Amino acid sequence: MPSDHAGRSGGEVVDTSPAVSDEVKYTTCYMCACRCGIKVHLRNGELRYIEGNRNHPVNRGVLCAKGAAGIMQQHSPAKLSTPLRRVGPRGSGEFEEISWEEALGTATQWLSEIRYHDPRKLAFFTGRDQSQALTGYWASQFGTPNYAAHGGFCSVNMAAAGLYSIGGSFWEFGEPDWERTKYLLMFGVAEDHDSNPIKIGLGKLKGRDDTKFVSVNPVQTGYSAIADEWIGIRPGSDGLFVMALIHELLRARKIDLDYLVRYTNAPWLVRRDPGSAEDGLFVRDRFGNPLAYDKETGRLVSALLPGITPSLSGEYDLHLDVLGGGATAVPAFQLMAERYSDARYSPDAVAERTGIAAATIRRIAVELAHVAFEEEITLDVAWTDWAGRQQEKMIGRPVAMHAMRGISAHSNGFHTCRSLHVLQMLLGSIDCPGGFRYKPPFPKPAPPGPKPAGKAGQVVAGKPMPGPPLGFPQGPEDLLVDPETGAPQRIDKAFSWDFPLAAHGMMHMVIRNAWAGDPYPIDTLFMFMANMSWNSSMNTTETMRMLTDQNDDGSYRIPHIIYSDAYFSEMVPYADLILPDTTYLERWDCISLLDRPICNAEGAADSIRQPVLKPDRDVRPFQDVLIDLGSRLGLPGFTTDEGNARYPGGYADYIANHERAPGIGSLAGWRGEDGKSHGRGAANPNQLDAYVENQCFWRQEFPLEHQFFKHANQGYLQHAQEMGWIPEARAIVLQIYCEPLQRFRLAALGHGEVQPQEAQRERVATYFDPLPFWYPPFEETLVDEQAFPLHALTQRPMAMYHSWGSQNAWLRQIHGWNKLYMNRQTATRLGIDEDDWVWIESHNGRVKGQVKCMEGCNENTVWTWNAIGKRRGAWNLAADANEGTKGFLLNHAISDLLPSKDGRAMSNSDPVTGQAAWFDLRVRVTKAEPARTELSEPQFPVLKGVPGLQERARRLRYGGGLVRTGRGNKR
Amino acid sequence: MTSLPQNATGTKLGLVIDLDICVGCHACAVSCKEWNAGGHSAPLTDDKPYDKDPLSVWFNRIHSFEVGVGQESRTVHFPRSCLHCEEPACVTVCPTGASYKREEDGIVLVNADTCIGCKLCSWACPYGAREYDHADGVMKKCTLCIDRIHNENLEEVDRVPACVSTCPAGARHFGDLGDENSDVSRLVAERAGYALMPEMDYKPVNRYLPPRPRSSRQTPATDYEPATTGGGDAPASAGFLAWVDQMLSR
Repeated sequence: MPSDHAGRSGGEVVDTSPAVSDEVKYTTCYMCACRCGIKVHLRNGELRYIEGNRNHPVNRGVLCAKGAAGIMQQHSPAKLSTPLRRVGPRGSGEFEEISWEEALGTATQWLSEIRYHDPRKLAFFTGRDQSQALTGYWASQFGTPNYAAHGGFCSVNMAAAGLYSIGGSFWEFGEPDWERTKYLLMFGVAEDHDSNPIKIGLGKLKGRDDTKFVSVNPVQTGYSAIADEWIGIRPGSDGLFVMALIHELLRARKIDLDYLVRYTNAPWLVRRDPGSAEDGLFVRDRFGNPLAYDKETGRLVSALLPGITPSLSGEYDLHLDVLGGGATAVPAFQLMAERYSDARYSPDAVAERTGIAAATIRRIAVELAHVAFEEEITLDVAWTDWAGRQQEKMIGRPVAMHAMRGISAHSNGFHTCRSLHVLQMLLGSIDCPGGFRYKPPFPKPAPPGPKPAGKAGQVVAGKPMPGPPLGFPQGPEDLLVDPETGAPQRIDKAFSWDFPLAAHGMMHMVIRNAWAGDPYPIDTLFMFMANMSWNSSMNTTETMRMLTDQNDDGSYRIPHIIYSDAYFSEMVPYADLILPDTTYLERWDCISLLDRPICNAEGAADSIRQPVLKPDRDVRPFQDVLIDLGSRLGLPGFTTDEGNARYPGGYADYIANHERAPGIGSLAGWRGEDGKSHGRGAANPNQLDAYVENQCFWRQEFPLEHQFFKHANQGYLQHAQEMGWIPEARAIVLQIYCEPLQRFRLAALGHGEVQPQEAQRERVATYFDPLPFWYPPFEETLVDEQAFPLHALTQRPMAMYHSWGSQNAWLRQIHGWNKLYMNRQTATRLGIDEDDWVWIESHNGRVKGQVKCMEGCNENTVWTWNAIGKRRGAWNLAADANEGTKGFLLNHAISDLLPSKDGRAMSNSDPVTGQAAWFDLRVRVTKAEPARTELSEPQFPVLKGVPGLQERARRLRYGGGLVRTGRGNKR
Repeated sequence: MTSLPQNATGTKLGLVIDLDICVGCHACAVSCKEWNAGGHSAPLTDDKPYDKDPLSVWFNRIHSFEVGVGQESRTVHFPRSCLHCEEPACVTVCPTGASYKREEDGIVLVNADTCIGCKLCSWACPYGAREYDHADGVMKKCTLCIDRIHNENLEEVDRVPACVSTCPAGARHFGDLGDENSDVSRLVAERAGYALMPEMDYKPVNRYLPPRPRSSRQTPATDYEPATTGGGDAPASAGFLAWVDQMLSR
């Protein structure tokens, strides 16, 4: 009989103050690229709880789903546990366990032969690497130019367009002024590297009255879901939308002329002398200074002088011999105004292509102008400008922008990204209160100084290269091409005439080029954290084939593959030698100002990871292994004069003691022998202890007067120079007109010594336009638009992005399989019902998945979550796990090459930067027969596990052992 | 059946969830799972965690759905957990007294020692907030982080539920909804926070803040028409270029 119980306590004594942990360690998260500070609670040495570190400048105490699921990443059954050597055919997954000594001996033997024969035969590419300051240095010391991380297939358009325009960009380079902006225009962001800062910022922004957040995105998920206005733009047309906004602002005369004159190259004179070798370049004096027409004196003067009154319009005779008789010159501003006043950029002209009504475009332009100019904000903060002049206050145009992969991953992405910066310059909203703000060490000179090493003569057997493999070419003379033939010098063809500004390399082309021996065969492909036989490649099916393809004699087309990863990813079976990495909780790392920093607009910061747990397996941190290999190979940077290991303490030793330049090392904090210097200072052997004592990060807040107009703020610039971020404390002039592009174009027109091959001339002449322009994404111009009428995209799920490994027991319950999302009306038109299985076909291939209809999706667009679909058996998931049977991978449909019309298939990439054009994909979607097949395609043989994988748990009772016993459990 | 506390203090601890800024990131759900896996109701069993269809205990689940049609549609992310009702059917239906409402703060808990796993409470709860742990054979649910919010081993600022502490967008608030002057009560008043399905009469304590109307920023478009700005020439025309060439110094 049920009885009437007193409910007061349910008979239960609740311990409301249990001890949380017996030990707390601070470190840095690595579940994605956001790099939040975390506080790890341990009980009896076991993970109890991971939370955000409230004092940390990135996340300020919050933590996302991925960060909170770090416990399950640590306890993943997919962790590799021992070095492995392939014993079966490549791809079969047949391996044997070997010792580290054997593994490192094998690697050393392969690499040593290459280094003393032809260092280019090592292609070293490092995926989601957060230690590029080390890995790039290692490649350079080895002597190979064939190095990059994953930036080329991620967002190099965003980075390069920004760096060549404003010396900074969005993402790690800058952020909206979340506290002050009144109008945020966001493009193409589903989830971002700035994962938590964006969420924190949007929460704040929306909490203030009289703000507006507009999201321009074909899909209304994630951030778009909470936007005040969602603009469901057609993919690949963002540039048209932005240029139409510029058109409207010019028409209404709502631009910040004062800002343009002070801070941009709008007044710089551009030579107008068609056919000459200097047409389209800036007119310069004999010191190399660009010139402007000074209205006060009626003379051409250095445009860099303070106090001049430069003209923004007009055509000026260059009558002095030194300037080139006969030619004329016009200010860059006028060329820009002519470009965007053209009717092809009017709202009416772009409405159809963008799918945005002309009236909407006009209204957004009006709103931008209204906020920028009628709702100007003023900070009563005196500051000193670049010329030493006192300024009483800081004027802010509270319009901010942010953009990411949605506009970047198109073959017109570079120009689209640049157009966004031009828009910001016209509004005067770069690094002002309420606008877009640089994060140090940015701004840097536009473009930054270092140029890529790897020219003929710079790659010498047995010697380091004279500089870093990646950099920023400023003209044809900086390209890595054969001086005689113009052929590419790098295996990925970065910095060649095919992709001159490929500042992050082109990881997506390495496997194809290595397989084809084009431009030359390689010996060893060495990769880290890059799932190239699955979600990190375009054309995955073909990539798998190329990795296993053999010559007639049975040898592999790519002779050796070394791979390092912590987990049993799809890539593991395709390697010959596996170097198992640790998890992020078992290692030292540094998040360096030399690499991808964690600063924000108010100050500089860097951080470390410290080992929180000891590995229970025979694994080693990849960076330790790389440093060890460096000394085994005798690379000068990793070996003492006596021939011993320079960093016997591994990566921790390197982080503290390596100096890139005198006094500049991996970490900026607690330098100097006494640990009291910041920025510059001698190496401090106790530096890591200081970081650990300070919750594993260092931060330096700037005084308010240095926090804005950093590109022209004397105090900030001097500080930046002292810290080693910029070479000299000179104003950084924002580049509306990008002269380096014109230098390439002039070469394509036949000028200069470094000449493109004939086949590239037209392409370079077209796409190296010094002013942003819009052109249709390549794929849609090369396939039959009727046959492939839809755009297909992927988005990053917030709870999974960069934690794709679905072995994470908690996260895979959130995103266990991906469906194909499409506009409900489009589905109806195609006769497709919710949950139908469909074929998604491109010119390259087809995949099968299940449909989910939605309203908030551009009608010409279908999309799915990225990297949720897995190969069966990978990640130590059950063979019938939904990720493999129902999830699908869109990459199979995406070609790494463009359809060829003339037999010369080009990479499916942006013609300026080589950024992989993932989002150019065109497809048709048709109902599969039968429509309820319940198995995605393509399918591949189920991967077998490798030696040393633990058995996957049938039941997880994580945490059960951490609390007091004797209660609860009935079974 | 189990009775409700008679001498309630009037304290009604609960959550206020802002649907206007929830981006659906699942941070709250996973942080909840993580804390509570080792907390008062530990463990939160994951059955077949690496197999086809895991079956697991989560105290907080996020649902995403669309409202409206076409361009006017909105995507709403809706976190769902126990609402700590003032008159919870899950408690009154409990045959053993295992399910109970705390007198001192109104939190609804389950005593795992006396729960017989009959699942009547999960049938009674119209909000789907109860989670049965097959491995333990007992019902589990959101405890409002009973082992955090009063925990003297934590700094005061950390004495909030894990989901509130971790929420990146700041969409989750915790406090005493029985005190009309509390921050959460004020927030509910300002933003017209609402209870879920009040018609059921279980008097949920938690409140949801509705999405704000889409920004109603009104900009006088006429200000930007050429007639009133004195402009109107094509941007590259002589008139425009003359306007551009005001005397501006660098």
